Amino acid sequence: MKCAYRLEQVTYTYPLRENPAVSGLDLCIPEGKTTVLLGPNGAGKSTLMDLLLRWRKPDHGSIHLFDAPLATYSKRSLGRTVSLVPQEEGARFSFTVLEYVLFGRSPYLHELASPTHADVEIAHTSIAQVGIEEIAHRPITTLSGGEHQLVLLARALAQQPRVLLLDEPTSSLDPGNTAKVIRILRQLSEQGITLFFTTHDPTVAADCAHHVAMISHSELLFSGPVEEALTPPLLSKLYGTPMETFRHGNRLMVARVH
Amino acid sequence: MTMDQNTGSAQAFRYSTRIGIYRYRLLAFALLLVVLAGVALLAGRYPSAGVANPLHLLEDALLAKVVLNVRLPRILLAITGGASLAAAGFVFQMLFANPLVEPGFLGVSQGAAFGAAAAITLFGFSALAVQVSASLFGLLALATSYWLAKRFRFGGWILRLVLSGIAVGAMFSAGLSIIKLVADPTTSLQDITFWMMGGLWNSTWKTAWSVMPVMWTALAVLFAIRWRINLLSLDERTAHAIGISVSREKSLVLFVATIATTAIISVAGLIGWVGLIIPHLARRLFGADARFALPGSMLLGALFLLACDTVGRTLLSSEIPLGVLTSLIGAVLFIIILTRPQTEAKL
Repeated sequence: MKCAYRLEQVTYTYPLRENPAVSGLDLCIPEGKTTVLLGPNGAGKSTLMDLLLRWRKPDHGSIHLFDAPLATYSKRSLGRTVSLVPQEEGARFSFTVLEYVLFGRSPYLHELASPTHADVEIAHTSIAQVGIEEIAHRPITTLSGGEHQLVLLARALAQQPRVLLLDEPTSSLDPGNTAKVIRILRQLSEQGITLFFTTHDPTVAADCAHHVAMISHSELLFSGPVEEALTPPLLSKLYGTPMETFRHGNRLMVARVH
Repeated sequence: MTMDQNTGSAQAFRYSTRIGIYRYRLLAFALLLVVLAGVALLAGRYPSAGVANPLHLLEDALLAKVVLNVRLPRILLAITGGASLAAAGFVFQMLFANPLVEPGFLGVSQGAAFGAAAAITLFGFSALAVQVSASLFGLLALATSYWLAKRFRFGGWILRLVLSGIAVGAMFSAGLSIIKLVADPTTSLQDITFWMMGGLWNSTWKTAWSVMPVMWTALAVLFAIRWRINLLSLDERTAHAIGISVSREKSLVLFVATIATTAIISVAGLIGWVGLIIPHLARRLFGADARFALPGSMLLGALFLLACDTVGRTLLSSEIPLGVLTSLIGAVLFIIILTRPQTEAKL
């Protein structure tokens, strides 16, 4: 199995804190697959995401991205390789959706340059990929939560990344929009993009992940194929409450026992 | 697929149409600025109150002198200064992702005012001393705010900068009050008070040349990176993920905007509200994208300050201080904008 990201003994402690937020983590995020990161609140999921983005740097251990140390990537090449869909983003200025998606082209543009026609075309393709053509010229300040999430996804796609990182992509969405986002994520995976995202809903993992990583108390609890991960004993241990799984047709669902 | 492509090109067409409209608007305002500058050159109290006939320039040597040596440098300063204040305000609003800030925010204006007042008290009203001192203290205020913000252990980066800016601004304001207390009421205090009201009344070619190159350079730099300034309005983690060196680029842009601000403050005193109100108007006319809104802001700022200055020096037989006019008009515009339903941004 080829790894998009390979982490070895990664440890990170926040300044002025005693206990590490992430400790001795060994993890392979397989290339071309969808990996979901599960873990209770405060387990270190966001910290791990920050480390993958190089927003924070590990105190110990190494992170490799496509076999090169993450630290050796230039800002520009990192922006072309990895992109982020943040959980939410305050929209303070009334950029149009298209203008906002065009921001994703910056790793391809010189500091003094503005987007070209080719960039506009790519932005339109990204907008079409997430199916929001009809709002392309609306100000982002007027969008609903679901639309906003799709705009952030389109902007990340405009970076034409090999790896897409997503912070809880479905946590603020209604069931209809959740289904829509899951459908889009499956399509992106079919196109060969490596996906890695966090969620608090194991059923979402069952719906689109190939691979699951679980962290608990700053350490890796499990990493492996989705069908081995989503079992009642592991899930119960992860969340500290009894969990059960059941099948509905082909679908695997996860729920709390009480 | 063909349908998708059709919609795609229709969308692209719509985008380029909008860009075309913004370009025409920029051109229109540029022309308006040229016309207004021409009128302002001929407007005044010599040879008689009103607008002089341009043909008289050839016959009346004194008129030519007044136009070329008194009005022209002043008009250029008003245009450059207005553009600088509006551009700096626009940039500050973008960087702090807050439509209600201007350079006063990081203590820059208060620092520059303190520096100017200190120079007036110590050296009398020497243009060079006031400029150097205002610029130094403006930058010192920015640097102090920045340094303090790095050391604060509370809140995110923007909040920390804002808090330290408030503290630094308050310290310089207090310092300014102390200078006023000890200043000689018959000389320095009057100079300080008049300078604080803001005005271009003592513009000469010498003062103009001492600050205009600085402002031109700053405006050119901001104009060159105008699209990228958009990216600095994003959440910092997101901007990082898009491939931006957030702190480095923000510091550079803040430095350039501050230099432009202190340059005009040092010769014209405190001219309020331009940096706050003009970027709002610019975003209404040119959209949020800094690619058009920043040059739009520069043009509108230049127009606004030139118009205010021309009215201020011609309306009454004694001059109305520029800062008084911009504050009056700016505050009224501000109230109008904030009470209109389609407020530009969510606050």
